[in-house]
Amino acid sequence: MTTPLVVTKRMTEFPADSHSIDRYEATGGYEQAPRALGMTRDELVEEIKASGLLGRGGAAFPAGLKWGFLAPARPSFLVVNADESEPGTFKDRQLLERDPHQMLEGVIITAIANEVHHAFIYIRGEYPKPARRVQTAVDEAYARGYLGAGIFGSDYELEVTVHLGAGAYICGEETALINSLEGLRGEPRLKPPYFPAAKGLYMQPTIVNNVETVSNLPHILAMGAEAYTQLGHPDDTGTFLISVSGHVKKPGNYELPHGITWRQLIFDIAGGIAGDRELKAIIPGGASAPWFVPEIHLDDRITKDVCAEAGSMLGSGAVIVMDETTCMVRAAERLVRFFAHESCGQCTPCREGTTWMEMILRRIEDGQGRAIDLDLLLDVSDNISVGLAWPPKMTTICPLGPSAVSPILALRDYFRDEVQAHVELGGCPLKLARASV
Amino acid sequence: MSQWSEATQERAGQIMARYPQKRSAVMPLLYLAMAEEGHLSDEGMEEVGRWVGITPAQVQAVATFYTMYKRRPTGKYLISCCTSISCMLLGADDVLHGVEDESGVPHGETDPDGLFSVEHVECLGACGGAPAVQVNYELIEGVTPDKARELVRWLGNARPEVVNGDEMQELFGGVRSFDWAIREEDGAVGPYPAFQPLGTVGSEGGA
Repeated sequence: MTTPLVVTKRMTEFPADSHSIDRYEATGGYEQAPRALGMTRDELVEEIKASGLLGRGGAAFPAGLKWGFLAPARPSFLVVNADESEPGTFKDRQLLERDPHQMLEGVIITAIANEVHHAFIYIRGEYPKPARRVQTAVDEAYARGYLGAGIFGSDYELEVTVHLGAGAYICGEETALINSLEGLRGEPRLKPPYFPAAKGLYMQPTIVNNVETVSNLPHILAMGAEAYTQLGHPDDTGTFLISVSGHVKKPGNYELPHGITWRQLIFDIAGGIAGDRELKAIIPGGASAPWFVPEIHLDDRITKDVCAEAGSMLGSGAVIVMDETTCMVRAAERLVRFFAHESCGQCTPCREGTTWMEMILRRIEDGQGRAIDLDLLLDVSDNISVGLAWPPKMTTICPLGPSAVSPILALRDYFRDEVQAHVELGGCPLKLARASV
Repeated sequence: MSQWSEATQERAGQIMARYPQKRSAVMPLLYLAMAEEGHLSDEGMEEVGRWVGITPAQVQAVATFYTMYKRRPTGKYLISCCTSISCMLLGADDVLHGVEDESGVPHGETDPDGLFSVEHVECLGACGGAPAVQVNYELIEGVTPDKARELVRWLGNARPEVVNGDEMQELFGGVRSFDWAIREEDGAVGPYPAFQPLGTVGSEGGA
């Protein structure tokens, strides 16, 4: 299947200078933002709705619909979510480092469509290099009159502020991100209001879009919504970036159409399992996603709907591949530890639950587990995610706590024997087998 | 009377002008306070509060929420080893142990000379180049335990004033998340992110 590259095209063809404003302009850049200035808000919103573009930050919410929700109060704001922190995800870093002007033109288009005159790019603190590239791009755009007062010779003003985070995964949740930008602790806000488009930054209407989402916008305007829908899969238009990591021969970011299978992704595109060992489990959509196993899911197609039917999600497009040598208890412990560390602490089920889950998993891995521990883990999980359903029924303000339940579901559904073996042998069976060789 | 240098005060003013409301400048100003003193002191937080018009307790509430605001003196080189899932699968725990052993600093600690601080951290967004290590937030991907030890020895001997990610990647790194690298001359001058508005970007040879 050959689908043309969209958001990684320039960086693939011009690796030496795809980040520079001269290369950007020499390859069709900054032609669509002036066009957008000549379009009405309704025309722009309808065009993006027609493109079928889904948000690329993890929730896959239709981007045009989100714009359509914008409340009439002004001023309105735009915040680009570049707080990429989901374990397994490293796609936005590539877009920020290698093609910052592409994102910036998307920012200008989004701002025009939503009558925004001040946009913020919130980049995680551990990404200083991407932040430097983006700040340089912003400075270049100001110098050429593409940002500031009277952009592209019009009377439209747009200011852009690059804001650095300081090490908190939860700030990727859009209301936490807004609180953080207001100079508060990065705690998610109580809903309703459900959408920042109603009340967001400074309680004004606010659009929060992911880096990859806005990076697609210049291309949608350039090729037209109709042509964009022809890329990829009818339910899931356009291409998407998928980050493959773990035990594969060729980890990396791949721009693909939706609709290939997991087998194609792992064995054709990512080169297969390192050392030609056996595949044991796949995390399909970042650390938050329930796991897949090859016996059941390997030939499933990679679309939002097929993933949902199988009880998981594509999330941020991060695929973590684990081979036969991986201890599933240890993997689960490492994932749950992440959520315990990143819990903001507002909601008791998440704050206490993730901490206890981490401790229970660690004692199983260390050979101190008890026969009831898996049931105990499921009981704690049920307090965070009622009925252990997917998508989760949350007892918390945001989905962080329920995300920590995903590895526990994998242990229950696919690796119960491995957990019990830890308990019965008084340690990790894989580690004990290695030690006896 | 402010304790900050004139250069820092000027930067603080420029940063505040980039936000519609003063309080939004808390996070960048906390970084400025760190850059001024090497870490975030109580006085530094009070100063941030004066600038944005909130109480020291309100500043502290923000500062304690985020892991990158270091409220204790931090070494000249902050070595952060990712031990999240993708890095763990490819041996990150051994990389961390190599760093701890070679530096003599257990994670979460700083050595008495103030040269190294070592920490294990959650995902750095470098999963395709696992295991990943950062020095003063400049990234090195594809690090082995042996290379991690070499990195610590090199930092201890060369003591670079500017920590450059591309240089460290060439010397101590391996597989990267993505290949098409453009050599960057800029780097970090302390244990906080190197970013233009903070005035914390150094250049190789030019610092």
